[in-house]
Amino acid sequence: MRQKHLELLVGAFVALGLAAFLLLALKVSDIAHIGEDQGYRVTARFENIGGLKIRAPVTLGGVRIGRVVGINLDPNTFEALVTLSIEPQYDRLPSDSSASILTAGLLGEQYIGLEPGGMDDFLKNGGSLKLTQSALVLEKLIGRMFTNAAQGEAPAKTP
Amino acid sequence: MTGPLERLGRWALERLTALGRANLFLLRLLGALGFLLRRPGLLVKQLYAVGVLSLPIILVSGLFVGMVLGLQGYANLVYFGATSSLGTVVALSLVRELGPVLTALLYAGRAGSALTAEIGLMKATEQLASMQMMAVDPFARVLAPRFLAGFVAVPLLTAIFTAVGILGGYLVAVVQLGVDGGAFWAQMQARVLLWEDIGNGVIVKSVVFALLANWIALFEGYEAHPTSEGVSLATTQTVVVTSLAVLGGDFLLTALMFGVW
Amino acid sequence: MPSSALPSDVTPPCEGQLVTVRGLSFHRGERAIFREVDLDIPRGKVTAIMGPSGTGKTTLLRLLGGQIRPDAGLIEVDGLRVPELGRLELYQLRQRMGMLFQSGALFTDLNVFDNVAFPLREHTRLSENLIHTLVLMKLEAVGLRGARELMPAELSGGMARRVALARAIALDPMMVLYDEPFAGQDPISMGVLTQLIRTLNDALCLTSIIVSHDVKETAAIADYLYLLSDGQIVEHGTPAELGRSPSPWVDQFMHARPDGPMSFHYPAPAYESELLLRDAA
Repeated sequence: MRQKHLELLVGAFVALGLAAFLLLALKVSDIAHIGEDQGYRVTARFENIGGLKIRAPVTLGGVRIGRVVGINLDPNTFEALVTLSIEPQYDRLPSDSSASILTAGLLGEQYIGLEPGGMDDFLKNGGSLKLTQSALVLEKLIGRMFTNAAQGEAPAKTP
Repeated sequence: MTGPLERLGRWALERLTALGRANLFLLRLLGALGFLLRRPGLLVKQLYAVGVLSLPIILVSGLFVGMVLGLQGYANLVYFGATSSLGTVVALSLVRELGPVLTALLYAGRAGSALTAEIGLMKATEQLASMQMMAVDPFARVLAPRFLAGFVAVPLLTAIFTAVGILGGYLVAVVQLGVDGGAFWAQMQARVLLWEDIGNGVIVKSVVFALLANWIALFEGYEAHPTSEGVSLATTQTVVVTSLAVLGGDFLLTALMFGVW
Repeated sequence: MPSSALPSDVTPPCEGQLVTVRGLSFHRGERAIFREVDLDIPRGKVTAIMGPSGTGKTTLLRLLGGQIRPDAGLIEVDGLRVPELGRLELYQLRQRMGMLFQSGALFTDLNVFDNVAFPLREHTRLSENLIHTLVLMKLEAVGLRGARELMPAELSGGMARRVALARAIALDPMMVLYDEPFAGQDPISMGVLTQLIRTLNDALCLTSIIVSHDVKETAAIADYLYLLSDGQIVEHGTPAELGRSPSPWVDQFMHARPDGPMSFHYPAPAYESELLLRDAA
């Protein structure tokens, strides 16, 4: 009897532990996004990526449709070359869509926001986005503010 | 001039030989694990002793730690209007650091010291020697089951601690402080990575700490002086050495993980 | 008991030496525990090894059981050279030896029955029914069959030792080693224990080796005595022979005289000089 009682409690303990693992894996982690690497690859060039990091989200209309999977520097043109992975179900993006580097909130992390274009042909794996908007660098903005003030104009609102 | 230097040298040599003995001990322990395949009942009994009996302290501590994280996180994030990130803060703190480390420390205090005392007492009352004289290997019969049970229990306890902590954070953040429940989970799910955070934190770290905590507890008990002071000293040693090993190991593992990332 | 149930041409004859020790030397640190010690322990008899506390009597039992290795010398048990045995052979030999530790050394997490059953469960594949019968028989031999459900913590010292004895004979060993069996016992427990040791010995051709400093009890049941002091055998013989020994040291030991070759006073400077120094200051 005592042995059976013991075994029951130990079994319950192990089950509880495994349930905790499952909870962590399913409800806490990003397991839902694990399949994202099955997306198709698109590149975009930026003058300045600011604080953009790998795994940053790629959104369209605010909806997350992919993530940044690579950031490199083009040694010839000195532009930043960013590789995006877009989830396979979003395969009807116009080829003239534009990509901008935006900031979440005032001081949040940076992400890429896409604006759809109007062309009839769609982006495919290996394609690239031609229209891009670089990140806003805070120092340059402040510098511009000061130059504007010095020139006697009213300080321009941040574009 | 040479007096303290000589003592330092001797102390260092003693530490080195102890480390060597500890490693030989671990090897013997691992070698004796095969025996357990034929006697699983021994494992079950020990799992109860170190796992089930540690549940109360783990559950309660996990809950409180999670709730405190919720409170503290809220108090700071509210200034930036960023309370929607509270879920992320609570989850990442627990999964990456507090879950594995605190579980290991609590385990050392509750189960580790109990193991040391038990083995030390068995040594002092000649139970281990009499077992040897009865041609039963104490490593196989007494030490290996306790080691394996502890090794299995610590990761499970870590997962439980972390999960309960996150739930505690949820209780405080959403139920009490009014943070949006959806944002709490959604932000968390966006930022907590399965392999890099949960894998490295709750799994890899807890397995390493499980090895350290149980190895140290059993070794200290086995080496204890067979007197009541000896056993008492050994239990203190277990808690101190395990704490240092866990915290030091945590630093190493975290550095490794950030580097590999 | 199994061995006496065998026909006499199968049971090994109860004669000859079971243990032979020649030229045994053993050091611990800088202290010489044994220096060229020779011993013979005959089968089927009670042999006692006595001496003052701390002369290494327990160490001798450990050497016989192969728990420690001597620096030099021969230790032979039933024809086997103990220090040279491999682990498996040593374990097999130990199954034929029983040892009674000073404190009983019962396993505190098992009750009396399970303690006695332990060697049977570990080393044999007998059914639980058979084990049940054997354990009850062993407990009956020591008079504790009714206590089989108790936990070691609930036993008195004397009872714990009797249970340990039942456990030591569970596998019907060829010899039993007793480490200070009479230490700290009340007279009745001592009487019970001495009677047990003697009866078990005679009934089973068991060879008993007792290590003790309790002269009166040991001399009463031993067939042969070895007196150990300062790493050497000072004298050996039957209890009667040692009682009549001309050696002043043996005389002091056997008759419990407070002073003699083993001085009462710990070495110290002259008494008067120490007292006077005090007063002068």
